[in-house]
Amino acid sequence: MNKLENNDWLYEITPKRKLIDLNFKEIWRYRDLLILFVKRDIVTVYKQTILGPLWYFIQPLFTSVIFTLVFNNIANIPTGGVPPFLFNLTGITAWNYFSQCFTGTSNTFRNNAGIFGKVYFPRAIMPLTTVISNLFKFGIQLLILVVFYLYYLWQDYSLSPNLNLLLFPVYVLMMALLGLGAGMIISAFTTKYRDLTVLVGFATSLLLYISAVPYPLSEVGNNIPSLAWVVKFNPLAQIIEGFRFMILDTGIFTWSGFLYTLIVCVILVLIGLIVFNRTEKNFIDTV
Amino acid sequence: MSAILKAENISKQYRLGTVGTGTIGDDLKRWWYAVQGKEDPFLKVGEVNDRSSFATTDYIWALKDINFEVKPGEVLGIIGKNGAGKSTLLKLLSRVTSPTTGTIKTKGRIASLLEVGTGFHGELTGRENIFMNGAVLGMTKTEIRTKLDEIIAFSGCEKYIDTPVKRYSSGMTVRLGFAVAAHLEPEILVVDEVLAVGDAEFQKKAIGKMQDLSTGQGRTVLFVSHNMSSVRSLCTRGLLLENGETTLIGSVDEVLNVYLKSDFRRNSWSGEDGDGSMKLLKAEISSENRVEFFKNTEPIQILMKFELGENFSDIVVGVAISSSVGNPLIGLLYNDYNEYSKIEAGTYQVSFVIPPCSLATGDYEVEFNLSIPYVKKFTTEKSSLSFSISADSSFGNKFFLQNNQNFNSVLRPNWFKSLSKIN
Repeated sequence: MNKLENNDWLYEITPKRKLIDLNFKEIWRYRDLLILFVKRDIVTVYKQTILGPLWYFIQPLFTSVIFTLVFNNIANIPTGGVPPFLFNLTGITAWNYFSQCFTGTSNTFRNNAGIFGKVYFPRAIMPLTTVISNLFKFGIQLLILVVFYLYYLWQDYSLSPNLNLLLFPVYVLMMALLGLGAGMIISAFTTKYRDLTVLVGFATSLLLYISAVPYPLSEVGNNIPSLAWVVKFNPLAQIIEGFRFMILDTGIFTWSGFLYTLIVCVILVLIGLIVFNRTEKNFIDTV
Repeated sequence: MSAILKAENISKQYRLGTVGTGTIGDDLKRWWYAVQGKEDPFLKVGEVNDRSSFATTDYIWALKDINFEVKPGEVLGIIGKNGAGKSTLLKLLSRVTSPTTGTIKTKGRIASLLEVGTGFHGELTGRENIFMNGAVLGMTKTEIRTKLDEIIAFSGCEKYIDTPVKRYSSGMTVRLGFAVAAHLEPEILVVDEVLAVGDAEFQKKAIGKMQDLSTGQGRTVLFVSHNMSSVRSLCTRGLLLENGETTLIGSVDEVLNVYLKSDFRRNSWSGEDGDGSMKLLKAEISSENRVEFFKNTEPIQILMKFELGENFSDIVVGVAISSSVGNPLIGLLYNDYNEYSKIEAGTYQVSFVIPPCSLATGDYEVEFNLSIPYVKKFTTEKSSLSFSISADSSFGNKFFLQNNQNFNSVLRPNWFKSLSKIN
């Protein structure tokens, strides 16, 4: 055979793994699949329910009400002059997006073992689907936030977002990256060691409390200074605090904290990609 | 012509037993070796995949050093017993999992059909699922849209196309899935035994479509099936796997010959089946002195040789023919048309002949029966034989596929009398 012919192969299936083998061209070719998966995720969740998409509103609203009652009315956690309900709703909206990206992604391999075992398509499509379809839910929940924001303005509360609002897309991206990265790492390990699924279940609900969702970041420093670093170096707490800062103009924002968070997110996603990539080729043998 | 797909030394190792906490030790050891730059210690162990013997290590080679090439337009049939590695090979080809060693190179897009209707979602309508399934199999939206009407027509589900798939019967779901798959246009199509579903009419349609893909459109197809007659009618070349290793690659006739002779699919048997009072010594199925490849236009002879250790007043001597999945089809008994009578001790031979042009093409199992009615059966499954009948292509029609799932017409006699123009 001549040389030209040998180089003609469209692709090769080999046991060798490159560290990061994310084929963007291929993912692009499967973009229709991505769109369909996203559509499926959004459409099918509330089929055969009476309230349908209203459920998207109900969950954050109820959580915020409970948080306000427990943390602000009973525990008297100060919210820096912002109406406590709005304070909680903002934190929960951001938190929900992260946690749904995270849990969705961390179940990628297990939930899709059936389809992954029968047909090939770039596996990265699945976590991407999770991130994008949750973005849609996030959008809806953001809408409620805006509605309540306007309501409180109308009630003569002095609220104003600050210039940081320009960073909004970056914050959304960071939440997605963090959820995606951590989720991909977990998803890769759960294929072999199921212990992690149990862990993820309760760890996410605990994570909420060390991520400054129901309280401002400054409160930790005031009350338990010895453990404040746990929250301070939690990138998620930085994101939530930053998110509240730009919308409600309350809390602390530092550029160093912002950069730190961004770097952690990027590193986490890179690690996630490497681990995910190592797993996707053979996970079907161990799942 | 040069190859469109080439497999070089591919092997696949699996771990036996449960994958669980025990594996973390192996994982750490593997990682430690990798850190030191040494070879994976577990690749050296591992046995040839033989289901019947107990394994001495936990690692096993499901496939070992498989080499083959496929040329454009070829239809390669992959055959072998259960557990020979066929499905593993298909999984590797369709990139569901990667080989432990070796490479597969291809010059075209591979679409795999290991299952019909992959990605179907019960809540979505038939139409939405066509798009879903098509996209999962690698089609783009525009591609699907141009073929949508064709796909719907092929599936025969026009009426239900806007109903959620969860309301479909299982047959309809399969038809819809296959309809999408049949309209894929990859350079290489990998097909598992998906044809074993649906009714006879749909099977015929499916096989016709597959033939059309390979002969009409010149696509390359890799096909795995247990249905010898469909392998024979579709494939041009065959690959025989045994215990994860290639036994033979060659023309489909040659490969089928070897496969049918191997003990799994045997046409003759000799030994002792029964006990001192009554035993079967020999059984054979043949056709015009050949012992394999029966054509539907030839008579098929079934021969039994048995020994009686004592005198009996009445015994049953016969043959039961069933489909390859065990549906009883035919009973042939010496006693049916002969009176029970005293039969002396001694060795006997009995033969039955299936007249030409009577059975449909397909695979059949034959079980022999020597017994005292309502008392005891002496023969066991160990003397059972099997045979397959394929179509004699020089005569008229080709496909009278015997449907294995829902038993269909098994008799295809040549009872035709006349055809004349009367007006």
